[in-house]
Order: sequence, then structure tokens, then C-alpha cells
Amino acid sequence: MTRKQRKNLTRIIISAVLMVVLHFIPVTGLFRFALYLVPYLIIGYDIILKALKGIKNRQVFDENFLMTVATVGAIAIALIDEGDYVEAIAVMLFYQVGELFQSYAVGKSRKNISALMDIRPDYANIEVDGNLEQVDPDEVEIGTVIVVQPGEKVPIDGIVTEGVSSLNTGALTGESLPREVKEGDEVLSGCINMTGVIKIRTTKDFGESTVSKILDLVENASSRKSKSEDFISKFAKIYTPIVCYSALALAVLPPVINLILQNTANWGDWIYRALTFLIISCPCALVVSVPLTFFAGIGGASKQGVLIKGSNYMETLSKSKIVVFDKTGTLTRGVFEVNGVHHNELEDKELIEIAALAESASSHPISKSLQSAYGKEIDRSRVSDIQEISGNGVLAKVDGKEVAIGNGKLMDRLGIEYHDCHSVGTIVHIAINGAYAGHIVISDVVKETSKEAIAAMKKSGISKTVMLTGDAEKVASQVAKELGIDEYKAELLPADKVSRVEELLSEKSEKAKLVFVGDGINDAPVLSRADIGIAMGAMGSDAAIEAADVVLMDDDPKKIAKAIKISRKCLGIVYQNIAFALIVKLVCLVLGAFGITNMWAAIFADVGVTVIAVLNAIRALRA
Amino acid sequence: MKKTYKIEVDCANCANLMEDATKKTEGVASAVVNFMTQKMIVEFEEGADVKAVMKNVLKACKKVEPDCEIEL
Repeated sequence: MTRKQRKNLTRIIISAVLMVVLHFIPVTGLFRFALYLVPYLIIGYDIILKALKGIKNRQVFDENFLMTVATVGAIAIALIDEGDYVEAIAVMLFYQVGELFQSYAVGKSRKNISALMDIRPDYANIEVDGNLEQVDPDEVEIGTVIVVQPGEKVPIDGIVTEGVSSLNTGALTGESLPREVKEGDEVLSGCINMTGVIKIRTTKDFGESTVSKILDLVENASSRKSKSEDFISKFAKIYTPIVCYSALALAVLPPVINLILQNTANWGDWIYRALTFLIISCPCALVVSVPLTFFAGIGGASKQGVLIKGSNYMETLSKSKIVVFDKTGTLTRGVFEVNGVHHNELEDKELIEIAALAESASSHPISKSLQSAYGKEIDRSRVSDIQEISGNGVLAKVDGKEVAIGNGKLMDRLGIEYHDCHSVGTIVHIAINGAYAGHIVISDVVKETSKEAIAAMKKSGISKTVMLTGDAEKVASQVAKELGIDEYKAELLPADKVSRVEELLSEKSEKAKLVFVGDGINDAPVLSRADIGIAMGAMGSDAAIEAADVVLMDDDPKKIAKAIKISRKCLGIVYQNIAFALIVKLVCLVLGAFGITNMWAAIFADVGVTVIAVLNAIRALRA
Repeated sequence: MKKTYKIEVDCANCANLMEDATKKTEGVASAVVNFMTQKMIVEFEEGADVKAVMKNVLKACKKVEPDCEIEL
């Protein structure tokens, strides 16, 4: 509890005790009034002050004003009729209990969230003359070697130069499995080093590092307001004055009509009903719980590695019906891997070994995938006379044998007969000493979770999935079929993607929202064109972070379904709270107007509803 | 120019009110109040006197939410 909360709790206790004690003191008249005024002022002075300030600042109609008018009115009635002061004090008392509870609950959930996002590293360790020195991470220059001990946060992005360890990437990705790192691996700042001491050569400034970017994003998560929030704040602006005037009418009209009809006016009775009406109508439950739900929802999502930039995006995301994907890097890993070896005379491994050796001098992605398939250190001394034929392939001598490796054109050029392949992907033909030795198929690999992700989306009510790619028709159709995607368009240029998304936007109905998911490379225009742009694993690309509305911290497509689910849950809670609060209040208002409820019931209708709504709102935290 | 201030505010809606009030203050180009992290990020217009502007911001915020605090 904060100091303010403790103070309020003390006030509540003191005034409650005083109220009980006063009940047993037999005094009457003005003296009794004066005595009861003490607990009332103890519990309500700040509300009254706020109401007065509101009037001064021309912001008259708020809950402080409602409470003040209602309680002052109740006290006035009690003073005239020599009645019960307890009601007025109880109204203030319960109102304060409600406020205290709410501020405690909100503070607690807020702390939960900010603790999760507390990934800012305070220092970096630099080795100076064999001793570790802590410095401000802002002052570390690119290329400096920093030391990260077990239990410490990695302060700056870089590459491991020494040591082995496992890193907890939970704060960045929501992933609970630790990631093993060794020399040569890239590490992102914000991870927590768990087991061993590692040395890292920094590759970025602190300000450009992942951790700074994430914090920036979270802290700037602009409170772009959702329609429901707008609705509530507009609603409160109109609603409160209407309620006040209705209460005034309720207090004045019936007695006046009674007078005209020459009945007894019953002023006290009607004023009491009007005051009850005022208390019930206090819109706190809505005004407090709706924004709180969005905050909790956004917080809960960031805990899962889903950063949503504002509550309006939360709302749009919950209405998504069409999901459009970029292929490479989003559904597939965007890394080329050896997928098969065909028509080979030699063992698969041997052929790959020869291919990797022959291609060892090339920096082409194909050569990299061959080398990673080979998986061992390349012994350069086994290769000689490397000759690269641009657009065709490579000729080289491996272990004294003449090796030709490349596409069909190279084989044609050398006059070697070859088998074409029916498989999808890039085909690398190999000839040894002028004789065809088979071919290797290299293709992009679908992410393990892609299929599951598409199924999860379908299950959560996404009606159409579309894949857009610049890749060949054959590749696209195979991936789409494998993953169960409804529609695909292949061989698109980046500009075609925008126009295709525009077509989809114009085809769909206004209510169904379109989501575009990309890995952030070349996707910025489409990301901003779609109703919601989701960038995944985009920590490296500033343009994507800028353009996207939702950023997934890792590149697991399952997170897309998760994000949609979180947003639906959050909006569900918002609607529940709005409906619940309005219905309870409406019923109580009608009952109050007819004099069926009293002020006690009214205060429970107000505070009780608020407390339940706040508890419901906090549910959004647990995504 | 952007500056971040620590704030103290109790309810999410009050944070929204503070943000609106800050945005309307002269010399402020844009403002974001983050209820969760209890921070206010203010972007000032060029050539604005930051200290004077923040004084007005505090005043405006106190008007909509007397309980709020901004650490200047």
C-alpha cells in the first residue's frame, strides 16, 4: 500500500468507529448534528474539496459532485427531520472503501506489468586491467567487449566472443525455454544470462539495441483511444448532466404536482429519492473499468511477447476476419536448407561434402546452405582452381577431381546430360570429371508452428487466410497446400502486394478487419495499408516497427493467433462491464425513482458494481 | 524535443484526462501519458521554454485531476 492508501484506510476506520460510537450517545438537536459532522468530514473532506474545485474550474459534473450533493442533501434532510445521519456518512464511507479497493487493485496490477517490463539494464561490465568495471551502457562504444555474469542482463546487442551459457529470453519473447549460446552467436540485449560468464563484442549502441527499442515502444504505446473508450468518455460527459437534471426534476416536480393537486407535497420523501437516484447513477464503474481493461490487456499481451501499440488496435484486432501473410520469413524460415539429394551415384553425404567444398569460396546463400548441411569445418586445402561462372555456377578441383556445380545452364554449357527435378526449390546439379553425379534440392523451410498457427486462427473465427509472395508459383502452391491456406498469389513485386491487399480490402465488408503479417523486410507499405499490420521478429527493422500496429517480439506465427485471442478476450471484458454496469444501474434507477430502494442499496449498487467491474477488468492481465 | 517525466496518477481515466489537458497546453506538440509505467512523455514545440511549458502542464493537469503529481 502506498502512503496515500494507508492514510485513506485510517480515515475509513476512524470515521467508521466514530459512527458506531455516536450511535450510542444520546444527544439531540444541533449538538447531535455537530457530532455527526465530525466523521462525515473526516471521511468526505477531500471529495467535497474536489467537487468545489470542479465547480471553480467549470468541470462541474463528476462523481465528486454527485457524492457531495447526495450526502449534503441527506444530511440536510436528517437535520430538518431530526432523522438519521448515518446514511450520509455511510455513503461516503463505502464510496471511499470502493476507491481504496480500486486504487489498490489497479496499483497492484500495474506493478505486475511494469515489473515484467523492467528489462532496462543499469550497467555494463568492462574489463580494465583484469578488473571488471561497471559503466553506463550509454557510454559503451560499438566493438567494445563487455562481460556478462550469470544473473545479469545483457545490456547491449552483440556477438559472443568467449564463453558458453544459456540465456533466458523471456522478457523479449515470452518464451520460457532458455536459449543456448556459444562463441560466435548473436545475443540480444534484454536477455538474462543464466549459467556461465560470457564476453560479448557489442555490435550496436545502447540506444539502438533491442532492449532500448522495446522499452521505447512500450513506454510510447500511445493511448490512441479505442472507440469503446471514446464512447465511455463521451457518454460520461452527457450522462452525468442528464442524471443531475433528472434528479432535480425528481426532487421538484412530483411535490409541485402534489401541491397543485392539493395533496401533501412530501418534499423530504422526494428529495431523498432524488439523492438515491444520484448515488446510483455515478458512472465510476464504466469510467474506471473500461480504460483499465485496455491497459491490462495491453500489459498482458506484452508479457506474451505481443506489443500492441494502442487500445484502438486492440479493438480492431479483435474484429479481424481476414489474415494476409507474407511467405518468406513469416510462414517459412527464410533460410534455405538442403531438402533432398537425387539421382546421385555417390552417398548423399559425400555429394554434399564435395558441393560444399567446391562452393566454399562463394558467399551466395546457396553456398551457405550447402556448408551448413555439410556441418563440418571446410578444409580449404582440398579445393583449388576455383572458377566462378556468373549466373551459372562454379568450376573447381576438389581432391584432384574436376567438379562442376551449378544450374542447368552450366550443365548445358559443359555438354553434360542432366536430370531435371520435379521438386520445388533451387536445383544444384553436380558433375564430377565430366560425368553427371546428381543434384541437390535447396528450398526454404516452412516453420514448424506455421500449420498449427493457421489451424488455430481458423478455429478462433478467421474466415479467410491469404498468402502473398514474390516466390515462384510452384513453391507458393506447395506451401499454401501444406499449411491449409485458402488463397495465395505468387510472383508478386512489393508494389503488387499493396495493390492485392487493397483489392482484398475493397472486397470485404466494413466490419471484417484485414490483418497483414510480415517479417518487416520490404513490408512497411503493406503493413501500414492494412487495417492492422503485424510485424514479427521485427526487432531488427526500424521501418517495420514504425509502420506496424502490433509487433511480435519473436517470429513464431502461433503468436498471431494468440494476439487475436488476447484482443477478443479484452474486448469481451469491456462489453461485459459496460452491459453489466448499465443494466444494474438502470434497474436501480427505476427502483430508486419509485422509492423502492433506499440509500444503502444505492451505495451498494454503485460501489459493488465498480468493484466487480474492476476485478473483471484485471482478468485481462492474464492473457 | 522529447522529455519523459515521472508522474503519479491513480486511475486510468484520470491519466487520459491528463493527456488531453497536456496536449492542449501551449508549447506542447504532442503528449503521451502511460498509466502503466506512470510516465508522461511530452514532445515540445520548437523553441518552447520547457520549464515554463511544464509549469502550465502541471497546472492544467491539476485542474482535471487534483490528485496527480508530475515530477519536474
